[in-house]
Amino acid sequence: MAKAPRKTAPAKKPAPSKRAPAKAKPVVHSTGGLKAPIYSASKDEMLEFYEQMLLIRRFEEKAGQLYGLGLIGGFCHLYIGQEAVVTGLQSAINPGKDSVITGYRDHGHMLACGIDPNIVMAELTGRASGISKGKGGSMHMFSVEHGFYGGHGIVGAQVSLGTGLAFAHKYKEDGGVCLAYFGDGASNQGQVYESFNMAELWQLPVIFVIENNQYAMGTSVNRSSAEDQLYRRGESFRIPGVQVDGMDVLAVRGAVEEVLKDVRGGGGPVLMELKTYRYRGHSMSDPAKYRSRDEVQDVREKSDPIERLKAALLKKGVKEEDLKALDKKVRKTVLEAADFAEESPEPELSELYTNVLVEQY
Amino acid sequence: MAIQLKMPALSPTMEEGTVAKWFVKEGDEVVSGDILAEIETDKATMEFEAVDEGVITKILVAAGTDEVAVGTVIAEMAGEDEEADTGEEAGSEADDKGAAPKQAAESEPKEDSTPEIMQAAPPAPVSRAADPSVPEGTSMASLSVREALRDAMAEEMRKDENVFVMGEEVAEYQGAYKVTQGLLEEFGAKRVIDTPITEHGFAGIGAGAAMGGLKPVVEFMTFNFAMQAIDQIINSAAKTNYMSGGQMRCPIVFRGPNGAASRVGAQHSQNYGPWYASVPGLIVIAPYDAADAKGLLKAAIQSPDPVVFLENELLYGRSFDVPELEDYTLPIGKARIIREGNDVTIVSYSIGVGLALEAADSLAGEGIEAEVIDLRTLRPLDTETVLKSLAKTNRMVVAEEGWPTCSIASEIIALCMEQGFDDLDAPVTRVTNEDVPLPYAANLEKAALIDSARIIEAVKKVCYK
Repeated sequence: MAKAPRKTAPAKKPAPSKRAPAKAKPVVHSTGGLKAPIYSASKDEMLEFYEQMLLIRRFEEKAGQLYGLGLIGGFCHLYIGQEAVVTGLQSAINPGKDSVITGYRDHGHMLACGIDPNIVMAELTGRASGISKGKGGSMHMFSVEHGFYGGHGIVGAQVSLGTGLAFAHKYKEDGGVCLAYFGDGASNQGQVYESFNMAELWQLPVIFVIENNQYAMGTSVNRSSAEDQLYRRGESFRIPGVQVDGMDVLAVRGAVEEVLKDVRGGGGPVLMELKTYRYRGHSMSDPAKYRSRDEVQDVREKSDPIERLKAALLKKGVKEEDLKALDKKVRKTVLEAADFAEESPEPELSELYTNVLVEQY
Repeated sequence: MAIQLKMPALSPTMEEGTVAKWFVKEGDEVVSGDILAEIETDKATMEFEAVDEGVITKILVAAGTDEVAVGTVIAEMAGEDEEADTGEEAGSEADDKGAAPKQAAESEPKEDSTPEIMQAAPPAPVSRAADPSVPEGTSMASLSVREALRDAMAEEMRKDENVFVMGEEVAEYQGAYKVTQGLLEEFGAKRVIDTPITEHGFAGIGAGAAMGGLKPVVEFMTFNFAMQAIDQIINSAAKTNYMSGGQMRCPIVFRGPNGAASRVGAQHSQNYGPWYASVPGLIVIAPYDAADAKGLLKAAIQSPDPVVFLENELLYGRSFDVPELEDYTLPIGKARIIREGNDVTIVSYSIGVGLALEAADSLAGEGIEAEVIDLRTLRPLDTETVLKSLAKTNRMVVAEEGWPTCSIASEIIALCMEQGFDDLDAPVTRVTNEDVPLPYAANLEKAALIDSARIIEAVKKVCYK
């Protein structure tokens, strides 16, 4: 996989802190080098992960097609390549109890939260049956019922909001944890660090999930980040960070199991850096001139999360035709979602004026 | 030569205070830096230090004396090389070493010694229309705006466990402007939360907590600092309900002082009313008196929508009658006719209402009866009350402590053009601050800010008098 070159200048390495941490983190310690424990999944679990990742991949491929046909407008950010991240993380949390928030590359997160692909796709096409009644679009989708709090279009805003969701968990003592997803680009926003500070100060149950897909639009991590080992970005706030291979769903699940134990146990926030890669452009309108085709091809051939799990499944004795049947099932689901999204009517014009405010004044 | 020690101002807006305690007595020798006394206002307590070396000759204001005007001579001392009894020199023009050297050397400050304060916070007017939302015969309590706001928060916090207050210095310090005084003691650190200086972050955390089902009241020390957080207020709080097709709400109150304070310069003196009022999805409230501050803040906290609640620092210390009614809550989006009249309508909000009432009282003496409308809510705007009054008086002036361009005044004028054109006997006129960043120098600041004289002039113009 094409990793951005790491900085090697030893002068940049901070000296280890001489002060003992304010509060002992019983489980999680800052670790780099992608050394997460691998989750030992049952065959059924592996098949679930496989189907989930495949659903995201096929859904996004279809969304890309519909965009090309003019059925989806505006900005549309595809998640292809990053499927293992959200699949691994979401599989470990409690959907009724925990909360999830992310930026605008959000379709995969919604599917992984168990939201009906039909209403997600219908939102992409701007139809009345879309999850936001067609008024949100690709970047602004929410499902409070599923604990999915968006879908936010401003880079980094979801990190403060997610910290607020964690604040609400702690305030209500409901035992929930917030997963606040953001990218390597957002990790340079000021409010992210404001949130780190308060999250640690108040020991909030939040996991800061950096999906490091190596490029903030067209700017690679090492061109934009003085500390490009993003799992260390919480260090000055005493937030431990772990770096995980985000192309391996079992490594992601293994890492988050440990982290969740700690955060649920009242240990305060933890930062996870998932090293991943997006195959497509930043959005549909991105020609991706900032990287070579070879680079993308190399990742697809060597590190593709779906192919990787497929190989493991075959090794476990799962038959090729069973996997093909799964693929067929997923394709059918996606096709139905596309049909539903295309056939659903546009919102009534009267919807223009609804939901501006909750109450009449 | 005798040195006069004068009542110091603890803040740019302080007019009077209490000499709480003397730490010296007559005849004591003091050196520069010695603590002489403790001075208190409703906002703060401060130790009063000696600037010069010498002997305290006279203590003129006893400990415990209230309502001592800023600039009042509270004690005298003799300098190093002179005899103690030099009292006859008191009032010398050469005295520039006192604790409050900017004040004129008089034992009682003249009314105009604090001109910016006097013009910005006029005395309560005599002729007022009763608020129709208060039943006749309701008993009233005199409360400062500051106390009214605090009571509103406390009452809502008692009612609803999910209401909490968060901001800089709201808890242990008791509020930078003492608006949250006593809340920490009653509700504890879980519900009254001091934040770091990090507006962008805590506005986002507040909005996220609201999305997660809580009812945050986020205090900005002033709305000038909310500029750091405006993305969360507009992009997150205001738009969520719409973008989610009505399934995700953000019931939050962003509150704090707004508009020009006194002598704090351009970066700390701005009215954000028009900014927030232009955003669909927000409720924007800007009360004038204490009753409205209480009734509307309670309504804001109860509202399922995000509210920007704009207070005014110069009004915090002003006292007004507040109805002694249980759960006194006012409707959002309803203006109030605060003074009735037939000749002309003056529309205003927040501190401008006081100036408008002052102007109206003065105009009454010249035979012009002005109706004064307090908008109270800037979004949604009560257009009906404005247009009805226009239909009655046929003339209108909009008075706004803020810039003229793209202002609430601009909006009211557009409304009258579009929906009240046939009722107009004269062009609607706006009286606002000057179109410049607010200067620091006292004379320039005075020249830049709206005052009642300018409102009177504009009213006469639209009345062709």
